[in-house]
Formats: sequence, structure tokens, C-alpha cells
Amino acid sequence: MSANEEAARRRSSRAGWLLSAPALMILFIAASGPLLIVLVYSFLTPGRYGNVEWVFSLDGWISILFTRDIFDGTLQLADAHLTIFWRSVKLSILTTLITFVVGFPTAWFIATRPPKSRALWLFLITIPFWTNLLIRTFAINEVIRNEGLLNTFLIWLGVINEPIRIIYTDAAVLIGMAYVYLPLMVLPLFAAIDRFDMRLLEAGYDLYASRWQILRRIVLPVVKPGIVAGSILVFVPSLGAYVTPRVLGGGKNMMIGNFIELQFGQGRNWPLGAAISMTLLIIVTIALLFYVRAANRGASGHG
Amino acid sequence: MTSDVAVEARNAIKAFGQGDMTVRALDNVSVQIRKGEFFTLLGPSGCGKTTLLRLIAGFETPTSGQILLDGRDITNDPPNRRPVNTVFQSYALFPHLTVAQNIAFGLEMLGRPKAEVTATVTRMLGLVKLEAMAARKTSQLSGGQQQRVALARALAPQPKVLLLDEPLSALDLKLRKEMQIELKRLQMETGITFIFVTHDQEEALTMSDRIGVMSAGRIQQIGAPRDIYTRPVNRFVASFIGETNFLPGHVVPEGVRLSSGDVVETGDTGNVTGPVTLTVRPEQVRLAPEGETGTLPATVKSWVYFGTDTHCHLALSDGTEVIARLQSPANGATDLAEGQKVGLRFAPGAAQLLGD
Repeated sequence: MSANEEAARRRSSRAGWLLSAPALMILFIAASGPLLIVLVYSFLTPGRYGNVEWVFSLDGWISILFTRDIFDGTLQLADAHLTIFWRSVKLSILTTLITFVVGFPTAWFIATRPPKSRALWLFLITIPFWTNLLIRTFAINEVIRNEGLLNTFLIWLGVINEPIRIIYTDAAVLIGMAYVYLPLMVLPLFAAIDRFDMRLLEAGYDLYASRWQILRRIVLPVVKPGIVAGSILVFVPSLGAYVTPRVLGGGKNMMIGNFIELQFGQGRNWPLGAAISMTLLIIVTIALLFYVRAANRGASGHG
Repeated sequence: MTSDVAVEARNAIKAFGQGDMTVRALDNVSVQIRKGEFFTLLGPSGCGKTTLLRLIAGFETPTSGQILLDGRDITNDPPNRRPVNTVFQSYALFPHLTVAQNIAFGLEMLGRPKAEVTATVTRMLGLVKLEAMAARKTSQLSGGQQQRVALARALAPQPKVLLLDEPLSALDLKLRKEMQIELKRLQMETGITFIFVTHDQEEALTMSDRIGVMSAGRIQQIGAPRDIYTRPVNRFVASFIGETNFLPGHVVPEGVRLSSGDVVETGDTGNVTGPVTLTVRPEQVRLAPEGETGTLPATVKSWVYFGTDTHCHLALSDGTEVIARLQSPANGATDLAEGQKVGLRFAPGAAQLLGD
């Protein structure tokens, strides 16, 4: 490379950095700034009426898993906290599974429509996004509560005599989250299936594969990137869900999101809230790493 | 008699669309393809050749008629129950599998033991000369290599019949020539019946044992390449395969009297009477000095130099155009001049009578 070319390359590289500087600044301030504050707060002492006192303490982190006995000050495992963590992970995994099982045929259906009607179907899928999350969640509430549409209808049919109690259970939270996050699964799946070469189906069929084998050995491996993307898009927000468990799970069936809110609100334990927030971030990161690793391994070999 | 027939279509009709919009992609096609034969279905796009192939593969079911394999009716068998494999025009290789895994796919689906699968895959890789590529992903291969993988994958389960749907159309000319030879070699070595679909007449002529020329959903003529070229049964076959001259005329006792008034001897005209068309290949047209006995008077209109040969456009006395393909002389020059009067003669047996 000549000196002139080298200089030109440097100039354009410098111009690139300058041009992206505003975006990088915003990213840094908006993303890293609050995160750093939360990280710092998690190592401080709770203030009397919320907020924090600037005294270093590990109690926030310790209280995630343990409670201090009021009388002798010994540490005991905090069962209630573990239950909340476990429920969050369990419900998020189930939500991901349900959205996949419902979303895959949906995405396949849309991707195999003629191009004209495809746009309409995609539009219909995205319509829920146009409505406020809270309103959608209350709509689900209206359907599944004891005197709601579903129970009224079933009683009118004579299938049941008294309402099935769904509202304020884990099942209610699951229904709500699956409904809310379904589009996030369908859209990346659609994108992957849309790119899928349908002629591979004939090739598989020609090479003695049954329909099930074609699905398992050809379709699923090829659209795997879409499955991974959709699962991440559903799993991550599920784990931090706040509105849905609050409205449909009631006060008792908390998830991590509600637990964090509790600490910053009534609990007046900001360091604990901050520590749980960081824990959530760590769980999500680990889950993502695990998932991406597994996906890559699946892509390079096969079973 | 039936024992040497590999695949047979009996009165196969395939209609697409509904009501008034119905189009017959295949219109009452019957054909017998012999065991171990390299059979080519040749025709322009939309002639129904791919539809016939898809009926044999099982991707389509005929509207009426039957498909037989080794004398057994397979009309309603799904593709995964037919011992027939296809090489697709787009190759349709599995992008998530390696070359070796692609080739192994059919054998694995048939539930063959692992040792047998491995042995067959190794043999197939050798057959298509891709041993070094076994562990590659198919996206890392060139077009010609992908073509070979597609071939190996379809041959690995040792099908009774191999169907090839314009497999060479995506390759450039040089590679296509190589693959033509390669395909012919594979067919000889494996002894498997090949049914090859193409719109390229040269490909069909050079590779096939027999050719079925198709047009408008019907088979126009079936025969060896030589027969199809030298004795086309109708105008379509004559014009689709190679270039040719069509000379209108009518039958007289001595032969055929052309519209220019000249009489061409054609041997036995059978019981054909009335208006007919004579067809003469340009390379069978000879030039002679003007007025030589047994020649038709003609005028040189123009000529085009093609390298190996020179195409000379001539006009008979009534203006009927005739093209003569003459071997170019060593120095490339030609002694023809525009407007020059010459005599024109057809090689013996070159003038063929077309019925319609």
C-alpha cells in the first residue's frame, strides 16, 4: 500500500469514528451509565426511607440468597427468593416453548402463502404491538378471570359447573406471556422459513425421508438461526417480565421483575434491588452464551 | 418384452388449473424407457418434459393414466417409496450438511447399516472425484462440484432409474461439456437407467441412446439421435433439432415439384399427395457452377462466416430462401459474390418429405 493510500485510509477511518461519535456517546451514557449506577448501588447500605447511604456493604448481594435471622443474626437460605428465581426461569422457558410450538406452524403458514397475502398475514401478526401492553394484559385478564369470557362460555356450554380458577396462577402468567411474546417468535421464524428453499423438501422426499424425518433432519436444522433468534427474543424479556405477572399473577406469583420493583418500592432496600437486577443481567447473559454455544455446535455437526 | 422396460408411461394426462383455465401439461403421453438406457426428453420450455419427469419421480400424480416401474404400477406411490432418485436443476443440496452427509442422506433414510453407508459414500466420492471435499459444506463448492455432489447423492441409494432435470443448465459452456462426458461415463459405469431432461438439442444428440422430442404436452418423435436428426417426422422436430431448410411443394410422379417449379427427386413418396414440405439440412446443400445438370438455379444473396463453416443464403428462382452450410476454405476467403448465379444440389437422400 502506498503512502497516499495509507493516508487516505486513515482519513476515512477517522471520519468514520467522528461520524459515529454521537451515537456512541448516547449508547455509552444511556446503556452503560445507568448500569454502572445500579452496580455501585448494589454495594451500598439501604437508607431508612429508600435511597442509599454511601457506606460500603455486601448485604445487598448476600440478601439475594440468604436472610439474616432477626434474633441471633445467623444467615439462612431465603426460600422465598429462590422460589421467585425458579418460577421466573421456569415460566420463561415454558413461554419460549409454547411460543415456538404455536409460532412455528404459524410462521410456516405465512411463509408459504402467495407474496400478496403474506404481507396481510404479517400485518395481522404485528397488530397486537399497536396496543398498549397493559391494555392487552387486562384483556387477557378479562378472558380468563372467574367471571370472564372463557368461564362464562364453558359454564353456558355445560362443560363445567363452576369457574376454573386460572387467574392469579402461574398458568395465567404463562398464557399472558405466551400471548404477548408470540409475535417476537413468529417474526424471526418467518424470516428464516421465508429463506428456506422449499425444493429441499422434494429432495428429502425423493431420498426416502418421511414427512417427520424431513422436518427433523432438514427443516429444523436449516431454520435453526431463526429458532435461536426467536427463542432469545422471547426468553430474555420473559425473564424480566413485570406487567404480565403483576396483572395476571396477582401479588403472590411474583417474578424477578416484580421482586426488583418491590425492593425499590415498599421494601426500601435499594441495594438488594440493584443486586437482583445485576443477577438478572447475569442470568440472561449466561443463558444467551449457553444458547449461542449450543446453536453453533448444532450447526457444525449433526446427530 | 416387458422385461427390458424400466419405466413406462401409459396414456399419461396431467392437467393443471380448473374449469376453463385448465391447461394440459401432458396430453396423453405413452412412452417406454428401456433398462440401462440413456433416454433424453427434449423440448422447449413448457413442453411438458419436466412434468413427465415429476410424474415418474412421484412429485405429481397424473390426472389420468399410469406410471409403471419394472412393470409394477407406481402411479400412486409417494416419492419416498419409489426406487427412483432425482438430480434437481437447482441441485437442492442440504446446506447444513457436509458433502459426505449429503451423499449418505438417502442411505440413512433407507435404514442401511452404518458400515454400508460409509462404504457407499466413499465409493460415490471416488466415482465423482470429490474425495478431498468430503468434509466440506456444500456452500464452499463450485457449481460443477455441487453438481457432482447432487449426482453422487442421487446415485448412492442405487436407484432403478435416475432422473435428471436439466442438471447442466446452470453451468458455463466448458464445464457443461465436461459434465456431459462425465454423465455419460457414470451412466456406463453404473448401468442405471438415466432419464435426462433438457432443452439443449446438442446435449441431447451427443449423450443419448434415444431421444423423445416433446412439444405442447405430446411426444412428437422417439428415436436414436441419428434418426431424429436425419428423419424428422414433422416440421416441429425438424426445426427444433438443428437448422433446416423448409421447401414447400407438391408431389409429382418424378418426386416433388417445388414452388419455384424445380423438381427434386425424393425416392419413394409413398401414398402422399398434394402439398408437402421438403426439409433439407443446410450442410447437405452443395453448390455447383450455374447450369450444371441436375442442379437447381439459385442466386447468392449473402453469406456469413462462422469459422469452421460459412453459411450461404441463396434464393431459388421464385425467391424461396435456402441456406447452405459450406466448409470454410483454408484462407477463410470465399469466392462467392452477391448476386452470383449458381447451381444448387442436395446430397443423395438428404431431402426428406414432411407430411404436414
